[in-house]
Amino acid sequence: MDSGIRGKYLINIAGLAVLSAALIIPAHLKMINNYYSGIIISVLINIIMATSLNLVTGLLGHLALGHSAFMGVGAYAAAMFSIHLSGSNPMLLPFTLIFGGLCAAVVGMMIGIPALRLRGDYLAIITLGFGEIVRIIINNIPALGGARSLRGIPRLTSIPTAYVTVVVVVVLMYTIGRSRHGRAILSIREDEVASVSSGIPVTYYKIFTFTLAAFFAGVAGGLYAHYVTILNPNRFNFDRSIEYLVMVVLGGMGSISGAISAAIVLTILPEVLRGLSNYRMLIYSLALVLMMLFRPKGLLGTGELSLSKLFRRRANAVARDI
Amino acid sequence: MDRLVSQLLNGLSIGSVYALIALGYTMVYGIVKLINFAHGDVIMVGAYVALMLLTNTALPFPIAAALTIAACVVLGVTIERVAYKPLRESPRISSLITTIGVSFFLQNSIQMIYSPTPRPFPVRVNLPTLALGPVRVSGLTLLTISTSIIIMMLLELFVRRTKMGKAMRAVSEDISAAQLMGININTTISLTFAIGAAFAALGAVLYSTAYPTVSPTMGSLPGLKAFIAAVLGGIGVLPGAMVGGFIMGVAESLTKGYISTQLADAVVFGILIIVLLVKPSGILGKNVSEKV
Repeated sequence: MDSGIRGKYLINIAGLAVLSAALIIPAHLKMINNYYSGIIISVLINIIMATSLNLVTGLLGHLALGHSAFMGVGAYAAAMFSIHLSGSNPMLLPFTLIFGGLCAAVVGMMIGIPALRLRGDYLAIITLGFGEIVRIIINNIPALGGARSLRGIPRLTSIPTAYVTVVVVVVLMYTIGRSRHGRAILSIREDEVASVSSGIPVTYYKIFTFTLAAFFAGVAGGLYAHYVTILNPNRFNFDRSIEYLVMVVLGGMGSISGAISAAIVLTILPEVLRGLSNYRMLIYSLALVLMMLFRPKGLLGTGELSLSKLFRRRANAVARDI
Repeated sequence: MDRLVSQLLNGLSIGSVYALIALGYTMVYGIVKLINFAHGDVIMVGAYVALMLLTNTALPFPIAAALTIAACVVLGVTIERVAYKPLRESPRISSLITTIGVSFFLQNSIQMIYSPTPRPFPVRVNLPTLALGPVRVSGLTLLTISTSIIIMMLLELFVRRTKMGKAMRAVSEDISAAQLMGININTTISLTFAIGAAFAALGAVLYSTAYPTVSPTMGSLPGLKAFIAAVLGGIGVLPGAMVGGFIMGVAESLTKGYISTQLADAVVFGILIIVLLVKPSGILGKNVSEKV
């Protein structure tokens, strides 16, 4: 490993360690009250949702309007798993989350295979339709509590567990994005016909991306279920899917760090504006429109925030001064 | 049998409202290739305007309806000029998010002005109930169906026979070629939004007389269904919106009457998915193949 790459890894790992310490130590010392820890956990869950939708919308370039349905499937699957099998043992949470993710992935694949034959706006509409159908079906299964909500889910999600999940998920997404598969997916976004001609199995990669995104959304759903402990299918409706889409677009399509920043900003913003009571959603909607009018490519465009780049720039500036 | 006929009539009635709203979606999509998510909220604003006119003034119903339409036209054109026009050249997804932002904005402003509590809509039309053999049909149902059909025929005539209509068709076919032929693109696009908003206002009045409650979020469900109706019939095709609207209305009302109220929406979305998978461009849509 040459020293440049090692330096990058060191800087990133150091940054991660600082962030982990900043989040986990106060959580352990009970320095954060319930209100703030609730916001932090929502931010972490929304980060997974935004970055996973970013796979489909940002990397693959397809508009999907039913992403919250996968979160719903994951949430219900994980909740059933821990109610009937694993109980409230926090050590089994990873398996619960993976189970939720797998169920969401299966549903995602079942939807993706027919839906991905379409493209553009039609794909957006058909994902919307499938998303709503999934929600209505959950609503009509008595075993899942239906519209009366599913209760009795053990509360296993805390700041550390959610944080570790986010780190694992984001690292996975980043490595996939940088791999041969990620480049194949990007090439489909740039030009589908050219990718087919270059021998890229386009259908395979579309379904792969869609299923992967559904998997991560399912994991986020699992975290959500074990945080709120009561699930209602209407939480996973079309409006929620739009919310995640807004995060991806505001952050800059295709940028993981952009999606993360947008998820943080858009989750915290309504809470910060809470003092303005009635005006806050008005300000939020105005901000959305103005943002699109003046910066239509999103906060970061397709670029990534990078600690190592920041350090290098800093180092260069220091070298110049000397 | 009587039950079937009355369910069918109910379906046609609500379907014609969907068709009116769907025309707004389909015309805008045909011309600027934009899914206008704020369209449903124009309906909601229209319903509130009508509510205010009917409760605070003694205006007769037709005049109140006409004023509602005028208000919505102004709103629709303003939205287009302020929020959509500057984004005409930017990526489609940015415009899409803008329409969502406008939708939130309308919902929240109305919520601030009139509070989120639903309000009853005063139905001031007294029409006799007609008896068609053993089936009794309310005058309102017949009025809704006939108004919508007449309006849609007028629109079809406008688009086919007038110069402005020709300009609209030209812009929807090729925007830059139309510009080269001396067509004023901005006027044409504004006109499209104006017509769409006028139909939404009419739909709002008819919808709130059929379901007499107004609330700040009332626009999303009929909006979503009308949008699906537009896609079902073939988005960008005017008769398609009518066909789609009627299919949606009848399917919804038959499911409610014979299967389950809860599943009505699922059936509607199911039809959409089947149509999209079999014929992605919609029932009356044209297939466009991609050129390399």
